[in-house]
Amino acid sequence: MENSNKEKYPARLKTFLESLNQYTDNSDRINLLIDYAEKFVPVPETIAVKPYAPENKIEYCESGAYAWTIKQPDNTFKFYFDIENPYGISAKATAKILDDTLSGETAENILKVPDDIIYQIFGQSLSMGKNLGLIGLILAIKIDVRKLMNEKENAATDLAKV
Amino acid sequence: MNNIENKGYDRPDVLVSTSWVNDHVSDPKVRIVESNEDVLLYSSGHIPGSVHIDWTMDLNDQLKRDYVSRENFERLLSEKGIANNTTVVFYGDKNNWWACYAFWVFQLFGHNNAKVMDGGRLKWIKENRQITKETPNYPQTKYEAPKRNDRDIRAFREEVLTHIKNKLPLVDVRSPEEYSGQRLHMPDYPNEGALRGGHIPGAESIPWSRAINSEDGSFKNADELKKIYISEKNLNPRDNVIAYCRIGERSSHTWFVLTYLLGFKKVRNYDGSWTEWGNLVGVPVEK
Repeated sequence: MENSNKEKYPARLKTFLESLNQYTDNSDRINLLIDYAEKFVPVPETIAVKPYAPENKIEYCESGAYAWTIKQPDNTFKFYFDIENPYGISAKATAKILDDTLSGETAENILKVPDDIIYQIFGQSLSMGKNLGLIGLILAIKIDVRKLMNEKENAATDLAKV
Repeated sequence: MNNIENKGYDRPDVLVSTSWVNDHVSDPKVRIVESNEDVLLYSSGHIPGSVHIDWTMDLNDQLKRDYVSRENFERLLSEKGIANNTTVVFYGDKNNWWACYAFWVFQLFGHNNAKVMDGGRLKWIKENRQITKETPNYPQTKYEAPKRNDRDIRAFREEVLTHIKNKLPLVDVRSPEEYSGQRLHMPDYPNEGALRGGHIPGAESIPWSRAINSEDGSFKNADELKKIYISEKNLNPRDNVIAYCRIGERSSHTWFVLTYLLGFKKVRNYDGSWTEWGNLVGVPVEK
């Protein structure tokens, strides 16, 4: 069952999960995730400047997370994030992992990522609030991707009408 | 007004300042315990000498929804180098939600020699005090706990039903949106683990965060707290009060405020809270 789920993951995400799962000691997993958090880079000013638009704010994430999704010419997507709470370590780690493993992927590959992947990354000990906040990051980019796909379909329909 | 002694609390001895903790990081009679919501925070840096207690893995039973057994509590404290006479000082993220929750669980096992660091992790960091990634190792102790006593400070659903029937005060410490039932779930977002939204009939909405100074996470002084809980919400320190939230963590914060800072004599935390009540068949719900 676990293997069939893994097939659904884009290649870089699958590799990340495999490397994470190599650690049997939970403190090693935690240290790897902290490394990701420490490598987090916030959205560049070419994409967004503060104060950010409320539509970019991620609902439920209490670390003050924001996300931006850019559709690229090759029909893949690029994600940017900012985490306002300097101590939002889990949110930073999640944002960095999502950017590293899903930026550059197609809509199809991004939308098939299960929302509960957060549990595979952080384990089952997340509180409900924390779980909702981190799942919120994944949901936000999937909502953005769907919206950008719909915009394209609507534009195509409008063209066909002309 | 930073001096805890000057804040007018009923039990100022259960709070310690960041500077007190700073002076006691190497005190063998004191064990500093960090308890957070964010599972990565402790490892990313903590108060030197502090140990980590995880609310889910360490304090909760891993099979049924309940707290650890006496044997597991004894094992946990022994491993953390906590003896029966150790002063345990809790601190953590989220303005000490989880610190108060851990404090509350420790009270179920009668470890009364416990304190909370006012302001928690936020205040410590804001004051640029030292943090470390080094995990301390303490000699194992042989902690002996009494049988867990849930009666005095923990409420169960049947007791909440009796409470409603007797029109006794209930405090809902969740956000106003959760209290009103507006925020059960939003489009495209998961729900919060409950099938029904709203609140327990008769409950007053007093969000936990009203007890906090948001700039540094410290508790408001007693006069400010009395204004909220007593003058505005008509609670009385002699009242028999039950507090609840979603899983009992935020309400343990309010339980701490009412019990120790304002001196209420009978406050219980209904830790089943909305994740239980909002899923129960046939219980009354108010919106």
